[in-house]
Amino acid sequence: MTTPHDTAFPGPVKPEHRLDIRAVRRQFPALRQLVHGHPLAYLDNAATTHKPMPVLDTLVRHYERDNANVHRGLHTLGVRATEAYEHARTRVAQFLGARDAGEIIFTRGTTEAINLVAQSYGRTHLQPGDEIIVTAMEHHANLLPWRRLCTEVGATLRVVPIDDDGGLRVDEYARFLGGTPRLVAIAHAANALGTVNPVAKMTRLAHAVGAVVLVDGALAAAHTPVDVAALDCDFYTCSAHKLYGPTGIGALYGKAALLAAMPPWQMGGDMVLSVDDTAVRYAEPPQRFEAGTPPIADAIAFASALDWLADLGHDRIVAHERALLAHATEALGAVEGVRLVGTTREKVAVVSFNVEGLHAHDVATVLDDAGVAVRGGDQCAQPLMHALGLPGTVRASFAAYNTVDEIDRLVDAVRHARTLLG
Amino acid sequence: MADSRTLYREILLDHGKAPRNHAPLPEVTHAATADNPVCGDRILVELTVENEHVREARFTIKGCLIATASASLMTEAVSGHPVAHVERLCGEVEASCDGTSAPDLAALGALSALAAVRDYPARRRCATLPWAALREALGQEQV
Repeated sequence: MTTPHDTAFPGPVKPEHRLDIRAVRRQFPALRQLVHGHPLAYLDNAATTHKPMPVLDTLVRHYERDNANVHRGLHTLGVRATEAYEHARTRVAQFLGARDAGEIIFTRGTTEAINLVAQSYGRTHLQPGDEIIVTAMEHHANLLPWRRLCTEVGATLRVVPIDDDGGLRVDEYARFLGGTPRLVAIAHAANALGTVNPVAKMTRLAHAVGAVVLVDGALAAAHTPVDVAALDCDFYTCSAHKLYGPTGIGALYGKAALLAAMPPWQMGGDMVLSVDDTAVRYAEPPQRFEAGTPPIADAIAFASALDWLADLGHDRIVAHERALLAHATEALGAVEGVRLVGTTREKVAVVSFNVEGLHAHDVATVLDDAGVAVRGGDQCAQPLMHALGLPGTVRASFAAYNTVDEIDRLVDAVRHARTLLG
Repeated sequence: MADSRTLYREILLDHGKAPRNHAPLPEVTHAATADNPVCGDRILVELTVENEHVREARFTIKGCLIATASASLMTEAVSGHPVAHVERLCGEVEASCDGTSAPDLAALGALSALAAVRDYPARRRCATLPWAALREALGQEQV
């Protein structure tokens, strides 16, 4: 079945819109190294991307010059740090298409953002008999928090199945909406397969029956434009480290009215207005959800990564990755014994595959010996692998700095693995 | 330069592709499973222990070539041996795979091929997974 899609992808790349890959690569010191005697071909970007110099510079500069805690210091450095931190929030809001920076909560990443919604929104708004809908292609991060919530509040989890090609059964999703769904949690793009889900359409359908929608954008945000206002989703999550930014920082977007009705998640400093012996008045969002000292330098560097992305041109990166995806799909598909897993038309730059008779770990080891870094295993999506009847896959995932040559080296190394282990 | 053939030596390819004792055991006295959370691999090791000897060892696995070869070599190496000897062997193999001690390659015999994972830190758990299950099985009360 063809999966309906609602994400705009650019057409063929015009020469003036092409990335200058050499210039891009020069900004990534980590790419300039040999692994087992071979130039590193880093094709594990769905796990985490490397970080360009402007991001690394921002981290160092913050600690060298502006280091102070936020929202408390009355001194100059405290003011600088607070301004930079809040500017970063505005930058993330702009990147995601949020109307107001107050709708952006800094978290450790997507995992923490989803747990926040499950614990704060979920525990106060869901009741026995309610249903939560997820898909069969979710990362454990967008599955286990909901499973636990269901146990806690007596709700039921419904899992939308997928087709053999890794596309979502949107017809089944529509059928599930006929139950008692209160919340829908879906990947914008599936980390294991790259499948892009029709989240705008799915949100419309969910809203029509009164369900709240969370979209997990951990993978998608780097690889496809995001506009939460256009998607109209209620929550959106992303992680900086998959977006050329630091680890340990990410964002939760939530519609202002929803956030205002949510209780705090973690308790501590920086999330209260006043505390006396018996009563506490909580701060308004987003501070209400940011207890304790946040990862300040990382938030500021997250904004640098988004600036870097914008300067390069997110649409140009997307076009470059589409070209890499097309080449990898064709070249790997031509290798005897290789079976591609997840072949829907709407995909981000991820190629998951298996080599006949070989375990993903063994393939990944042979590839690493050739300097080619990929992920091999269940991709943190064990229920998905069970649904596909696979023990795991080898996953190559691309970013702005990858080249056709690197993909050709991947393909050669896969051929070598077949010869050696087959 | 790394050459994958230093890890995937002939004996491991042989046991990995055509594992011995890869079947359920009819009369099980001791059994345990071990999981590798990195990849979701899982092994079940089943034993018949009589008179403080491992009479027979078999395994069932969903795993990679290294784990499968390790299990195959392991079941061949332990069958017929005293439990105390097998427990000592578990420690020696695990130490040689982890690189915590220089392996006595001569004493390990065919098992010495597993020590190549010392140079592949991401794969050490693959080689030691069957031995972890064996150790746990031996530590259990008779089933």
